[in-house]
Amino acid sequence: MSLSSAGDAGALVAPASVSLDRTKTRRRAAWRRRRLVLLLMSPWIIGFSVFFGYPLAMSVYLSFTHYDLLSPPRWIGFANYHYLFNVDPQVWTAVKNTLWFIAIAVPLQVLFAFGIALMLARARRGVGVFRTIFYLPALAPPVAATLGFVYILNPATGPVNTILGHLGIEGPLWFQDPAWSKPSLTLLAMWGVGNTMIIFLAAILDAPRQLYESAELDGAGPLQRMRWVTLPSISPVILFAVILGVIGGLQYFTQAYVAAGVAAGQASQAADVSAVNLGYPLDSTLFYPVLLYEHGFTDFQMGYASALAVLLLGVSFAVTLVIVVNSRKWVHYGGMAR
Amino acid sequence: MTTVDTPAPATFVRRKPPARVRRRRFLLSVANHSLLIAASVAFLLPFFFIVMTSLMTNDQALSPKIWPHPFAWHNYVDVFTKAPLWRWTLNTLLYSTLATLGVLVSSIPVAYALARLRWRGSQIAFMLVLIALMLPPQVTVVPLYVMWAKLGLVGTLWPVIIPNWLGDAFSIFLLRQFFLTIPEEYLDAARVDGCGELRVLFTVVVRLAKPAIAAVALFSFLYTFNDFFLPLLYVGENSNNWVLSIGLSEFRSLHQVEWNLTMAATLLVMAPVIILFFLAQKAFVEGVTLTGVKG
Repeated sequence: MSLSSAGDAGALVAPASVSLDRTKTRRRAAWRRRRLVLLLMSPWIIGFSVFFGYPLAMSVYLSFTHYDLLSPPRWIGFANYHYLFNVDPQVWTAVKNTLWFIAIAVPLQVLFAFGIALMLARARRGVGVFRTIFYLPALAPPVAATLGFVYILNPATGPVNTILGHLGIEGPLWFQDPAWSKPSLTLLAMWGVGNTMIIFLAAILDAPRQLYESAELDGAGPLQRMRWVTLPSISPVILFAVILGVIGGLQYFTQAYVAAGVAAGQASQAADVSAVNLGYPLDSTLFYPVLLYEHGFTDFQMGYASALAVLLLGVSFAVTLVIVVNSRKWVHYGGMAR
Repeated sequence: MTTVDTPAPATFVRRKPPARVRRRRFLLSVANHSLLIAASVAFLLPFFFIVMTSLMTNDQALSPKIWPHPFAWHNYVDVFTKAPLWRWTLNTLLYSTLATLGVLVSSIPVAYALARLRWRGSQIAFMLVLIALMLPPQVTVVPLYVMWAKLGLVGTLWPVIIPNWLGDAFSIFLLRQFFLTIPEEYLDAARVDGCGELRVLFTVVVRLAKPAIAAVALFSFLYTFNDFFLPLLYVGENSNNWVLSIGLSEFRSLHQVEWNLTMAATLLVMAPVIILFFLAQKAFVEGVTLTGVKG
């Protein structure tokens, strides 16, 4: 294609008989092409440097300082990291909570979305209506959805516990109980699984029909067809959903923050939402990003918050690297399926 | 969906499967539909409870009753007097509209350069877009906050609007994936007609990519409408500039508001998104599928 900007290389191998003029024109064309690329890319180049590259480097620097926004940062070496790894008891709690969410809520979400997509793919009637119903909750703004769930699951008079009571079951304390707060958030996450479900449904419907037919001719039952046809042909999409889930789990904040605040207010009747309530009840919803928020933006310990951010960066970067390195495989598959 | 490439063996007369098989299939189908209906009811129940509570009197919202008696339609009027919902809505619209415009203006050219122009470093640039897309915002948030604080813009919505005018990683990614699918012949035809590369982009490509652009605009609008973390940081302390998500999260504590009114406000915040969905259902589903299958 004439689009490549290999102008320089072309000029080098050009025979000496070619006039200087032609080299010049070619150089000018290459220069113009480079200018065009630069022009088109300029918003991203500026944005990436100012809003990503610079703060990333700055985070690393600040993590070695004591900084409270009022006086200039003071270099304190590894003190923040020492405190982070060896002293701060909340870090381990936050890491455990986040791992809990990634290890339990994310797989549940993926399985659930997969199950619904399978049922939808098999349905003969009403697919459109069902699909809309399953997708709608994914649209609900997270703050609104969380508020709704805290009310619906409120232990004393909430509709869910009322119904459970009629069935003779004593409902749990949900968001008020450290043992039930994360499962409650998991329920909320499963309610909003619509995006993943639609992606799965599209992938299942796109699986090559002739594979199913030949599998059936070979005498494969429904379970075997699922294992040997459906799963392999949508595995790239499952991987994609798991990865998105892990990334989402690492930055899980809004629902935890809102649920803790509202549930704490409900319990105290004073309805006072303040920083004290982060992680309510008993730090059981203190996820890693919530801890970072607490140190950085309620206590303004910018240096320590940066150290927390650098640790998060390390973990996310490792995850991201695995994805990008492996992406060739499933991007290729995705292209095929489409 | 696309079974065109399958040579249809349907010329053979398909024999009806035996009654036993047919009965089993029928039963499976009934079981499948029953499960679907049960799951649908479970998915709709939260909406149902929220709607019902929003129509109760305060006393009733604190009782275990599920059906409102009497229906307190007035809640939907009271909610506007208890809290500055209109101002929050205006702030939200300001944020969402300006951010979405910015995303479109800045991301389309970048996606085009990454998808259709060949230049040294384009692979690396795309890799950097992916990395920016995948790293949590918390990683860069501290220095950014310091930067905006030094500029005196903490307390305003500018820190959440301006970055959108300088390229958004997710939109660049999604648009690039779509631009890759446009056949080169269309672009070459325009080039032969004497179009410069910019004209090709702004006439041919933009026109062909309308569905993808619509999806990006939709996602960007939704994302900013729902956004909580960044507005919390930058306008959390300045209630004049609160957006709906912040206002709603502080709703109960701020005004000592009852649950029935809180649920009414919750529903009012959900409503625009759901209406938008029904107006643009096709763009939604296509967009979501685009993010996943091409992922």
